[in-house]
Amino acid sequence: MNLDFTAIIPSIPYILKGIGVTLQIAIGASIIGFIIGILLALCKIGKVNVLRWFADFYTSIFRGTPLVLQLMIIYYAVPQLLDIQIDPVPTAIIAFGLNSGAYISEIIRAGINAVDKGQMEAAQALGIPYAKMMKDIIIPQAIKNILPSLVNEFITLNKETAVVTVISALDIMRRAYIVGGATYRYLEPLLFAGVIYYIMTLVLTFLGKRIEKGMRKSD
Amino acid sequence: MIKIEDLHKSYGKNEVLKGISTEIKEKEVIAIIGPSGSGKSTFLRCLNLLEEPTSGKITIAGDVLMDKGTNIMKIREEVGMVFQHFHLFPHKTVLENLTYAPINVKGMDKAAAIKKAEDLLTKVGLFEKRNEYPNRLSGGQKQRVAIARALAMDPKVMLFDEPTSALDPEMVKEVLAVMKNLADTGMTMLIVTHEMGFAREVADRILFLDGGKLIEDTSPEQFFAAPSTQRAKDFLEKVL
Repeated sequence: MNLDFTAIIPSIPYILKGIGVTLQIAIGASIIGFIIGILLALCKIGKVNVLRWFADFYTSIFRGTPLVLQLMIIYYAVPQLLDIQIDPVPTAIIAFGLNSGAYISEIIRAGINAVDKGQMEAAQALGIPYAKMMKDIIIPQAIKNILPSLVNEFITLNKETAVVTVISALDIMRRAYIVGGATYRYLEPLLFAGVIYYIMTLVLTFLGKRIEKGMRKSD
Repeated sequence: MIKIEDLHKSYGKNEVLKGISTEIKEKEVIAIIGPSGSGKSTFLRCLNLLEEPTSGKITIAGDVLMDKGTNIMKIREEVGMVFQHFHLFPHKTVLENLTYAPINVKGMDKAAAIKKAEDLLTKVGLFEKRNEYPNRLSGGQKQRVAIARALAMDPKVMLFDEPTSALDPEMVKEVLAVMKNLADTGMTMLIVTHEMGFAREVADRILFLDGGKLIEDTSPEQFFAAPSTQRAKDFLEKVL
């Protein structure tokens, strides 16, 4: 048995700083993903064929190719095609946001479809215009129903961000790996990173439950 | 006030309404009755375009419903509807259910909308429930809120689609009482109902639908005492 954590003790603050980077990517990507998800979901349930096709195509592309590939393509495409220098963290936020938008759109679409059809009829009967009906009547009810799925998506996203190590964003994973290289001990920092991810997941799960409880006040 | 000419509605090959024509005057209370599947609800739902008629002409207060230039939203503001299953907005309080459309559709001032909503809730006897969420109410209370919600838009016509059919028997009365009060105020009402006693007492006219056709259009006295068609006689024998 050769396991010695003492060698990485001085590097612990360095690895912990990665939490901020990981959260930054996960939160940024979730916000982008949520916005894209709502827009795509509206396209999918709408009556405009072109928009529906676009939304379906978008979803199939982002679900049908590896996330790590999407990440690397965006990382290399932006400087090469647009001649803009882009840092790993913004790249990651964009890539994860675009990707998660595809998944979130499916969750939201299902959530909207699950709202009682009578809600839409009642809104129509009151003369409420489509946009307001969606924004104030239908989507709030849909979100409440799908909140567990959305929290789950965020937790998954938070873990999945570990692949940003391939574009050298200094998240928890990358920092653990760097410490491994510097101390010639990879296992201990990686185990430590694993513990951090696990604790983050537990905390996020707990927070998710709290939010769900808060939203249940109208039941 | 409402004129319906040769109204047809089909779902694919299934023709639900086979040419209905009638006219409804202001302040009239109409009970629409008939066996299930006769097209009563579809007929009612055509009047605010929740169902799009296949052909025919509906004129409400001078506006032709199916004309391209007609603003459907405007018509829906003027035609209130109450559903069998209430369809209150569950994530909004009772008061918010009443104030949302006046504020967001009519552009009513918030304080005025609240004042009006509170008055209406008082009228249906639910003022003290104004800050509750719908899920805390009984079926009868929900339906009374739903009626108040429709009235908050100051409609010229009220449509009721089997308003008491989803209620426990002991709650039917309170809802019918609210509707009777409304009829007494001179509201134009079209009510799809199975409550024969109510229809007889409150309605000015009975429309009897069967198989997508309007086969009797007569006074309640006439209809219940001596219906002119065999279909209506058979129907009344079963339900009375």
